[in-house]
Amino acid sequence: MNIAVRQAPATQRLKIVDCDIHPVYRTPAELHPFMSARWREHMATFGTHFRHGLHGQLPYPRMMAAGMRLDSFPENGPPGSDLDLMRRQHLDANGVEVGMLIALSRGGMEERNLDFGAALSSAINDWQLECWVKKEPRLRAAIVVPQENADYAVTEIERRAGDPAFVQVMISPRSSDPLGHRRYWPIYAAAERCGKPLALHVAGYSGGHASTSSGWPTYYIQEHYAMSTGMQNTLTSLVFEGVLERFPKLKVVMIEGGFAWVPALSWRMDKHWERMRAETPHLRRPPSEYVREHVWFTTQPIEEPENPEHLSEIMEWLGWDRLMFSTDYPHWDFDDPRQVFQSRLTDEQKTRVFRDNAKALYGLQ
Amino acid sequence: MSRQVIARVGEVAPGSCKIVTVRGREIGLFNIGGTFFALSNRCPHKGAELCRGMIVGLAQSSMPGEYRLSRLGEFIRCPWHGWEFDIRTGQSWCDPTSVWARHFHVSVEPGSQLLKGPYAAETFQVSVEEDYLVIDL
Amino acid sequence: MKVPLHGAIDCDLHPAMPSVPALLPYLDEFWADQFANRHIDRLPFTLSSYPPSSPLSARPDWRMRSGAPAADLDAIRRNALDRFAVQCAICNPLHGAVALFNDDMAAALCSAVNDWMARELLDHEPRLRASILVPGQSPHLAVREIERVAPDRRFVQVLLLAMGETLLGRRAHWPIYAAAEKHELTIGIHAGSTYRASPTYSGWPSYRVEDYVAQSAAFENQLLSLVAEGVFQKFSKLRVVLIESGFTWLPTWLWRTNKTWRGVRAEVPWIDRSPAEIVREHVRFTLQPIDAPRAEPQMLLRTLQHMGSDRLLLFSTDYPHWQFDADDILPDGLPEDTIGKILIDNPRDTYPRLRDPVMGQAQGTGEKEVR
Repeated sequence: MNIAVRQAPATQRLKIVDCDIHPVYRTPAELHPFMSARWREHMATFGTHFRHGLHGQLPYPRMMAAGMRLDSFPENGPPGSDLDLMRRQHLDANGVEVGMLIALSRGGMEERNLDFGAALSSAINDWQLECWVKKEPRLRAAIVVPQENADYAVTEIERRAGDPAFVQVMISPRSSDPLGHRRYWPIYAAAERCGKPLALHVAGYSGGHASTSSGWPTYYIQEHYAMSTGMQNTLTSLVFEGVLERFPKLKVVMIEGGFAWVPALSWRMDKHWERMRAETPHLRRPPSEYVREHVWFTTQPIEEPENPEHLSEIMEWLGWDRLMFSTDYPHWDFDDPRQVFQSRLTDEQKTRVFRDNAKALYGLQ
Repeated sequence: MSRQVIARVGEVAPGSCKIVTVRGREIGLFNIGGTFFALSNRCPHKGAELCRGMIVGLAQSSMPGEYRLSRLGEFIRCPWHGWEFDIRTGQSWCDPTSVWARHFHVSVEPGSQLLKGPYAAETFQVSVEEDYLVIDL
Repeated sequence: MKVPLHGAIDCDLHPAMPSVPALLPYLDEFWADQFANRHIDRLPFTLSSYPPSSPLSARPDWRMRSGAPAADLDAIRRNALDRFAVQCAICNPLHGAVALFNDDMAAALCSAVNDWMARELLDHEPRLRASILVPGQSPHLAVREIERVAPDRRFVQVLLLAMGETLLGRRAHWPIYAAAEKHELTIGIHAGSTYRASPTYSGWPSYRVEDYVAQSAAFENQLLSLVAEGVFQKFSKLRVVLIESGFTWLPTWLWRTNKTWRGVRAEVPWIDRSPAEIVREHVRFTLQPIDAPRAEPQMLLRTLQHMGSDRLLLFSTDYPHWQFDADDILPDGLPEDTIGKILIDNPRDTYPRLRDPVMGQAQGTGEKEVR
């Protein structure tokens, strides 16, 4: 009789940096130790106050398991809330040497009550530290700040600036004004001063505008897609408002916005800037140069052409030094590091994308 | 090709999936109305554990705004990206000719037949009183 | 690169729009009276998207000494039709009527503009064709105008803008597509906005150049709206042309949409084949602007390969908008048969009315009912 031999999972030889992992609290009570009584009370009574029509759920229901990998549910709590499962299923299994926490819920990026938003921001940052980074040395946090409250954001950035557990400043690109707008500049000044990159990841309906320039989509397929057009608009704004000229040391990471669109958008910005230059004299160089020098892109959700070589061409045009691997664990459109690239990458390209670009950007040598 | 005894019929309830390991491979066993099917537990898209996905019916429509559900319990959605695979054939719904999960032929054999050999039994003793699922690998 | 042959079909040309006084003969007495009393006849009805003095709006050598660029037929002939030796050109009327909130007023102006084009342009220049200007914000009134103008087969398309109040795939717009399909008119979606919503999901950019750059993202979302809502399932003969949209964004759109569709298909089960297949069959893109680096022509040629079909591009000048200099209108390095497709075959295949047997002769239907 044959004894069943479990096939060992493919060993992940290359140690990777995962630039997008979403930690979640089991219940909001996990934040309580990091909030004053006044705000615990407020949270219990009034709860969050967002810019869409449903309380505690999204108006575009996800396709499966609330948008999570079906196999990522722990015994108790939602996906992403169990560090042990995250270790077993992801950090250990996938050779994650360093993982960037991107904490989305209740971080204050969406909250309309600015004082509550400030309390949430501080709480979520403490929570990342105490409940994740201190327990798991592979993880790093982001200083999550409410972009609509620049004054508070600067205070919070400066409070955390010296702590190496926080490797970047995070705001939502889905904002009330395009992110290049001068009212956000104090945030960029603070990020530049403390030498941490600016990370952009969509948080719910944080800005209050429709997902597209012709209003709201009907179906989830469209809403999902609008995250990439939104990121394109954001990049355009950062370029044309002169943020990347004014803050020459600022580095920007665009997370989960896709990347295959970057060359085409860069070409488009260059072409029309060329003709309309007189409108934006503060730009001293073509847009594509600013993008090449200041902006990084995470890989997930990776685009999948019919011919995989086409994506390699895009990556060549974008620059192998601009891309950083991410999984988006535990979301449904997760990219597995072993399977993510359908075309052949050289060893050097692999180490850059899977590890070295992120290590260089975040100073993790 | 070898024939492997991999489960007792009673272990795979109708509408469910049981994942077994056969000669180092993980295979999902399905029972659709008393007929048994087997798929590799590896999604051909990005290698997820396909058979841990949700067992669903097929959503179809002939016109926007109209919805029809058929073939209940005959499709599995990959737990990662949600691609739909026909449990009977392993074919993906969206790319039936170019994307499919490996599937295996499964038959039901009474224990009395199996004892005559030549079968390899994966994890247990075969008994004449029971029926077993046998897979062609 | 210059156009190397005669007989191209220009799928995007912009004659200057008539002033309100010039439209008076084509307005009924109620509106004529309103416009005079309210001084509406002094208003320019210029779309925000194309301010007259902006570099985009007219190439310097195409600006007239007096009056608007492309304001007279001689200029259009000289600078566009003769210059590029086209067999025909489609006039896309960019008129501010569509940005009004009063739907009836918008509809009245649209009708007047359409009649003006027929009488003042199409009747005098057999090489010209036109798109029907409609109040897209009111599908009911848009359909009324389509039904009224459709008998004049020199009108080959219905014109809508890329940024409007609601996404164009939504069912409220379907009567427009039904009418277009019935009358063998394409749907032309042109860059520009009525600014009912902010141009981005983060609100209002500061600079015009940003709004123009943002048009391509608008087209991406409009295209997905049409596909996701099943417009091409419902209207299987419909052809849609994205005009002045750019096209180098298309490969990413195809790749991402195909991939996502496979996982979220069950919410939109009427999509019975891959979005890429649907687009390659039903959707076309005009050539200008070519958003690609001139210094590296290989990148554009590779992008054309990524698009996966040589039937997608339609020649256009976008006259008098400033998208290229001198006669350098085509990208370098295009294979010869691709050039022929872009210049002639693809436009002919796309616009059913261009295949009418009597192309080249002015066609009218006699007196129009002036309302």
